[in-house]
Amino acid sequence: MNQVVYKPNRGEPTVIQIEAPSPAAPVEPAVRVRNFTRRFGETVVLRDLDVDIAPGEFVALLGRSGSGKTTLLRTLAGLDPIDGQDVRAPESRAVVYQDARLLPWKRIWRNVALGLSGSDARARAEAALTEVGLGHRMDVWPSTLSGGESQRAAIARALVREPKLLLLDEPFAAVDALTRIRMHELVLSLWRTHAPAVLLVTHDVDEAITLADRVLVLDGGRIAAEERIDLARPREGSPTFQAIRRRLLRHLGVELAAPAAPSPEGELVAYPTGEALS
Amino acid sequence: MSPLLLIALWELGSRAGVIPAHILAAPSSVVKTAWDMIVSGELPSNMLVSLGRALAGLAIGVTLGSALAVTAGLTRAGENAVDPPIQMLRTLPSLALSPLFIVWFGIGETPKIALIALGTMFPIYLNLYNGIRGVDPKLIEAARSFGLKGWDLIAEVILPGALPSFLLGLRFALAGSWLILVVAEQINASAGLGYLINNARDFSRTDVIVVCLLVYALLGLAADAVVRAIERRALAWRPSFIKS
Repeated sequence: MNQVVYKPNRGEPTVIQIEAPSPAAPVEPAVRVRNFTRRFGETVVLRDLDVDIAPGEFVALLGRSGSGKTTLLRTLAGLDPIDGQDVRAPESRAVVYQDARLLPWKRIWRNVALGLSGSDARARAEAALTEVGLGHRMDVWPSTLSGGESQRAAIARALVREPKLLLLDEPFAAVDALTRIRMHELVLSLWRTHAPAVLLVTHDVDEAITLADRVLVLDGGRIAAEERIDLARPREGSPTFQAIRRRLLRHLGVELAAPAAPSPEGELVAYPTGEALS
Repeated sequence: MSPLLLIALWELGSRAGVIPAHILAAPSSVVKTAWDMIVSGELPSNMLVSLGRALAGLAIGVTLGSALAVTAGLTRAGENAVDPPIQMLRTLPSLALSPLFIVWFGIGETPKIALIALGTMFPIYLNLYNGIRGVDPKLIEAARSFGLKGWDLIAEVILPGALPSFLLGLRFALAGSWLILVVAEQINASAGLGYLINNARDFSRTDVIVVCLLVYALLGLAADAVVRAIERRALAWRPSFIKS
């Protein structure tokens, strides 16, 4: 609502913006990106990107190699400059990288406690490590951990900061299939306990559908498709899972044979981006 | 041929007169001379002088080399200011500078210590600089994303990451300091192992020369053992040390 106020001594009208309190104000999103563009030299990696992530929402970001998904994650992590563009992410955020990136010269608990201050750092690290099932290995060197254990330590290191935004950069890509299934369960249970907003960057469609509330497909620097997944977890057996999977794969350029019976569930929201939908 | 057999043959050769004492003293006379020199205090006092020179030079060289490497390794401006001149100077063998150092510093302790300092500075600089530049940028980025910056980042990530390279440099520096010590001590010394050797040469006392050579060797071995012990402690996180 705008209100025009006349100030007689100046003779000029001044427009004052009055914000009406909305009765059902939407929750302030944890992540809000508007018209974000990122270039490396001549190459435009992200183009006019809009992304919202609600507090506590689990979003998976799918995309082919070079689609800009890691660039978006790095931007939200504060690792890349935003050049004054409209990007809002909570200060309290933590990243789990594809390679665990533990400092080899620090024992596990010191890696988890990296950057924490205060005398209770060890106790906090121990609590986080216990939560990921590594409480008994807090005093060992990182080089003695298996790939899955290293990744769990990396998750503990992110978790110990109680982040409002948890950024997962293909964290399960380098672990074996069985470990990956266990890690999925671990991440879901931690997400339920701590309720951070999560952005999971992955190229594994099944992983995205298994874990996320919402799946975004990034293509050519834009969101090419969005899929809300309202299935109860665990989801793997559901026919809807297969239908969503087929749709998402099509957006990633993988065409599967048509199913025997078309499934009516789920609705695809596609953005008109031209070549992205081909 | 085992070393013991070699020594036995050497002893036999000396006793039979095949190896005259002015060419090479018999092992038994070397042992006796060593004992006499220890008892008289001549050997320990001169050894301390040599050791003091090596340690003083090494301390200066390691400090200078580390300071320069950290400066060049951490900042672009530091790299531009420090690296080119050092890369130019390092091609010069330190010992070749000894005539110049004698002109500048005279013939006392200063040129000896300065030569050792210069000779040990380069291996420290080169290895530590490479080590700092070689720290995995992914680890630095991860540490940054967990809130480390400034001195904390340097102390917790960059310097520990460069430590293996530094210790390698320290090993080279120790070996170098020994080599330079031997040569520098031949220049007009009035004390030290080199002085003993020079005196012994004038009197053809090969037994004293051999004793001093043995001491050089033992000190070198001890220095290496010290670095190994430091490595075992400081690099305990390395897989090779974890297994053993």
